[in-house]
Amino acid sequence: MRDLLYGMSSLPSDYFAVFGIPVTLALDLPELQRRFYVLSKQYHPDRFGRATAAEQQYALDFTSLLNDAWRVLRDPQARAEYVLQNNGLEAGDSRGNPPPAELLEEVFELNMALEELRQGEAEARGPIREALDRFLALREALDSEREALFLRYDANPAAETLRQLRALLNRRRYIENLVRDAQQALS
Amino acid sequence: MSVFQIDFGSPDSGQESAPPRVVGIDLGTTNSLVAFLDLTAPKVILGPDGAALVPSVVSFPAGAEPVVGAAAQQALLADPANTVYSAKRLMGRGAADVAGELALLPFPVAPGSESVIRLAVGGREVTPPEVGAYILRQLKQNAEAFLGEPVTQAVITVPAYFDDAQRQATKDAGRIAGLEVLRLVNEPTAAALAYGLDKRQNGTIAVYDFGGGTFDVSILKLQEGLFEVLATHGDTHLGGDDIDNLLLRVALEDIASEWGADLSGNHEALQRLRRAIIDAKHELSTRPVTTITFDDGGREYRRQLPREVFDQLITPIIERTLASCRSCLGDAGLQPAAIDEVVLVGGSTRIPLVRQAVRALFEAEPHTELNPDEVVALGAAVQAGILAGTVEDHLLLDVTPLSLGIETMGGVVSKLILRNSTIPASATEQFTTAVDGQRNVLIHVLQGERELAKDCRSLARFDLKDLDPVMAGMARIEVRFLIDANGILRVSAKDLRTGKEQAVEIKPSYGLTDEQVEAMILESFDKAEEDFKERQVRETRVEADRILAAVEKAKQDEAWFALPPAERAAIDLAINELLLSYHGDDYVLIQQKMEALDHASRGLAEAMMNSAVRGALKGTKIE
Repeated sequence: MRDLLYGMSSLPSDYFAVFGIPVTLALDLPELQRRFYVLSKQYHPDRFGRATAAEQQYALDFTSLLNDAWRVLRDPQARAEYVLQNNGLEAGDSRGNPPPAELLEEVFELNMALEELRQGEAEARGPIREALDRFLALREALDSEREALFLRYDANPAAETLRQLRALLNRRRYIENLVRDAQQALS
Repeated sequence: MSVFQIDFGSPDSGQESAPPRVVGIDLGTTNSLVAFLDLTAPKVILGPDGAALVPSVVSFPAGAEPVVGAAAQQALLADPANTVYSAKRLMGRGAADVAGELALLPFPVAPGSESVIRLAVGGREVTPPEVGAYILRQLKQNAEAFLGEPVTQAVITVPAYFDDAQRQATKDAGRIAGLEVLRLVNEPTAAALAYGLDKRQNGTIAVYDFGGGTFDVSILKLQEGLFEVLATHGDTHLGGDDIDNLLLRVALEDIASEWGADLSGNHEALQRLRRAIIDAKHELSTRPVTTITFDDGGREYRRQLPREVFDQLITPIIERTLASCRSCLGDAGLQPAAIDEVVLVGGSTRIPLVRQAVRALFEAEPHTELNPDEVVALGAAVQAGILAGTVEDHLLLDVTPLSLGIETMGGVVSKLILRNSTIPASATEQFTTAVDGQRNVLIHVLQGERELAKDCRSLARFDLKDLDPVMAGMARIEVRFLIDANGILRVSAKDLRTGKEQAVEIKPSYGLTDEQVEAMILESFDKAEEDFKERQVRETRVEADRILAAVEKAKQDEAWFALPPAERAAIDLAINELLLSYHGDDYVLIQQKMEALDHASRGLAEAMMNSAVRGALKGTKIE
């Protein structure tokens, strides 16, 4: 296993390179996981308990990069944000932004219900649950849209596709926050 | 093989090819023990008293050497003010963290205990890592006596929920004891490793680890030798001690109302009462009812304690562990039914109510085949084998129990590495200056899940020093935060404008400085090495006596006289050389001379063997 380290002085340049794959948005997760396990078994610092300090350092650096990469790439949202960021398209923080126009009314109603629940009105739970169901459905629709954009980008990595993806991710993040607020209020 | 041949064992017959052995140590709140990997199975090492468990108690009698283990446990009653127990609960803590706890302990805390607790015992001050070091040194000596070789490297286990300071303090304890700590392993993970060696190959397991002072729960996925921790949760201040304290409070109230006496200031009486309570607690694990018996100055306190009452008393404590388990399941994204197996670790899992509660929560019959007191040390020995390269088909992928973040504007924490991230894990962050010509940037690093810095645990302040004086906002320093496989933070920084390494000064919020640890090593470690050498010399002389006696006896045999004169001369020469080295204190030299004599006398041994065989065959017919 030490041969693997021989001559390797620089770390892979990006998360995809760690796994030895090209930049891909529509990833085969089981395959990625298989590679994660194989690479872990090869490079984990525990495999280098008797190695030189330099080899141990490389094992530590490589494995932390591998773990970071696995954490980001296995999550479609984080993966897409990573690719956007690498293309200079920083995703904005959606918290301060106004809600997407088509959601204005929904968000207003949810906030009302959340406020009522905070005031101790238990009957507000009904409307919150209904809103939650709608947001979950919306999130699901966005997820299939996102998957379609992933495939389109993989076939033809155009900047325009990335911009569409960024808009979609922002919307999805907004909805994700609503889902979380509603779930927290109900739990 | 000659009849005189003696197995010298390592370090000598091991030669350079055999690397030093790595032992696995469970440094527990109540008891500690050491294990090693024997061929393929982990085994616990017994001390000179024949017991595997060394009580985690150190007594510091005034003007005398510290006493460790069972002997120190006796001193708990005789000399409570100078006897330290449960020091693990004070590891990596400041006095303010454990104020409530310290009030119950019989030993006073010295001033200046804000970042490291200093216990005033036996006319000196000791820190929790030093107390740990005395226990570790005892285990090291037990292992050396048992294995017959020096032990310098170890894997030590820590509660999974230990934060950075607590881990660092444990590592410091190892260093003070003269042990290189190759890895800190989380206790529940170690337990899974011990079980996993001969259990099912794939599945999801939960480890419920309820010890003397800490509680942990970990959920792992086992897959072809890979032990992947999905999530961990716990409380480093929740254990059997808390149950004892609870019962102690009840008993003290009883006594106060029965006798009209407040015993809480009487350390000697408190220790005896605590002992009586622990005995009663243990008895309730196998019996439906027990009696706490305690007498003091002719007065007697007896209280019958049925298990139902005990169960009622401890239910809030058990409930806290269950809440932890539910959080852990949630973090792992699993329902209780998804757990295939449950492993119980720690002495407190002997309590019937605990077993019942765990069974009900995970809907699975918990495993108890391995001794819950030993399973963690056994797992540590397996991990030692993994690091030494002798166990190749297993690997642990553990996680960090707490999120790591930095303090930003307004005292808010910005999280960089989330809890339950597989370690090693890293994050990079860019920093700049706010004022023209600013020469340094201070970064406050914290651990915890809360939003505000004041609610998280301060880990350290990192000072980026000697920055080039540039305009505000022009500096670009990239800081890399890396949590290593021990769960300990490492920080490095780079000036992105120059590409040069940026100096970082670390000011840990809790714990000892490197220099302090160094000074402690010099105090205790040198002597340990001397002790070891002395023991080796004495043991080697015993071996030499045996071989010399055997050769002297052989010289009476007819085989001796049949030997060529040159060979006889060589044997005599080897005997003389061994005798010359015998009174020196170089045990390696004595061993070499023993081997030389053994080698020289090989022909004699063979000749004797042959004549013995001939003698044995005499009179038997060969058909």
